[in-house]
Amino acid sequence: MPHWLQLMLESLGPLLWAALVFTTPLTLLSFTFGLIVGLGVALIRLFGPKPLVAVVRFYVWIFRGTPLLVQLFLIFYGLPSAGILLDAFPAALIGFTLNIGAYSSEIIRAVIGSVPKGQWEAAYSIGMTWSQAMRRTILPQAGRVAVPPLSNTFISLVKDTSLAAAITVPEMFQAAQRIVAVTYEPLILYVEAALLYLAMSSVLSALQTRLETRLNRYGGFLEARA
Amino acid sequence: MIGLTDIEKRFGDNVVLKGVSVAIAEGTVTALVGPSGGGKSTLLRCINLLEIPTSGTLRIGEETLAFRPGEKAASKDVQRLRRQTGMVFQNFQLFPHRTAIENVMEGLVTVLKWPAERARERALALLEKVGMAHKADAWPATLSGGQQQRVAIARALAPSPKVLLCDEPTSALDPELAQEVVDVLGQLASEGTTMVMATHDLRLASKIANEVVFLEAGVVVESGQAASLFANPQRERTKRFIATLRHEQESGGAA
Repeated sequence: MPHWLQLMLESLGPLLWAALVFTTPLTLLSFTFGLIVGLGVALIRLFGPKPLVAVVRFYVWIFRGTPLLVQLFLIFYGLPSAGILLDAFPAALIGFTLNIGAYSSEIIRAVIGSVPKGQWEAAYSIGMTWSQAMRRTILPQAGRVAVPPLSNTFISLVKDTSLAAAITVPEMFQAAQRIVAVTYEPLILYVEAALLYLAMSSVLSALQTRLETRLNRYGGFLEARA
Repeated sequence: MIGLTDIEKRFGDNVVLKGVSVAIAEGTVTALVGPSGGGKSTLLRCINLLEIPTSGTLRIGEETLAFRPGEKAASKDVQRLRRQTGMVFQNFQLFPHRTAIENVMEGLVTVLKWPAERARERALALLEKVGMAHKADAWPATLSGGQQQRVAIARALAPSPKVLLCDEPTSALDPELAQEVVDVLGQLASEGTTMVMATHDLRLASKIANEVVFLEAGVVVESGQAASLFANPQRERTKRFIATLRHEQESGGAA
């Protein structure tokens, strides 16, 4: 067996373990919380009172306008100076959640706005309240349109979790770095890490396609509106 | 049974309805006719409060609500009146992510909290009535315009509204498909369903309506029994309008 293959196989275990224990939970949790934040921000921007709209616009401006790595450093290394001490994993989770919240809020705001006004009126006309109309009529239709752009955000997130290595989270990329430190084989190890990220993204792309097919089962929107 | 008293509706400086009063008796069909922009759609939408009148009084059955300029109507009151009505839209507006029968069940299950089984039974009976029971499980996107509109009529009727409001129910349809919808509405009328419809379709209005209200520039120009108003309009303006509609219909143009 060639040396490079042997090294890759030997390090596969630690890398997959790090992916399972850190990369995956970090991705799933921060995406879930990020979507909740994003939905809240989108609803405030569409329907909220003006002062609150200003607050959330400020939030989106900051988190979209500064580098993710800088945000993570501020939370993990900066906040202790202000008396807020966080462990590495929660610090990364907060950073990614706020970042995803800012980006996804723009997507969610756009897709909610893309549902025609007539659908609101149809929901109201059968007696629904605002929140019933939102839950039963608007969000399901908006959700379908949101799948491709939110999948983009999700796939970016999987790869961006490698930045957490810089604030000492022992996720997959950091596991690779640690093996490099003892083997001095950066090319082999970083190619392996890249391939594993590629594999994860590919699985997600496939899931996206399946989800889109499922959500498309009721046919085109436009035809339904004739 | 439905009373609109001195209804005024402004959009900014634009006064769309200028003190309109209309009384609609139970079991009758009233057609709102008149040129585009005359206020008939707005008047119809003031009945189920998709538009909130600037001032005036609305009564549906036992429920009454008065509007005053600058005062916001409580959403509970709006709901209370709106739930007395059902509405059919020009562009159907079926929920595209629900099947035909789910569209009809939606109001019963979500708003009236009926158990799904009971809602399904009623929805199926209504689809039967509009001749769409065979398409109960179809997605709206797979139905023709006429079929979609018939499902939309069943959806509007599901919560047993006191009045069915129809906003240009046939004008998005070609004549053949419009006929299906006219037939269904005609059948409902003969069963005593109270209806108010805004329409350009003279065939629809003259076949089904008992009463006609002619609206132009936000005021009622003439109103009365359909038969006499169409045959023998009193006002010059009404005469001209009806002549134009007749001409369009005879020359085969979609009304």
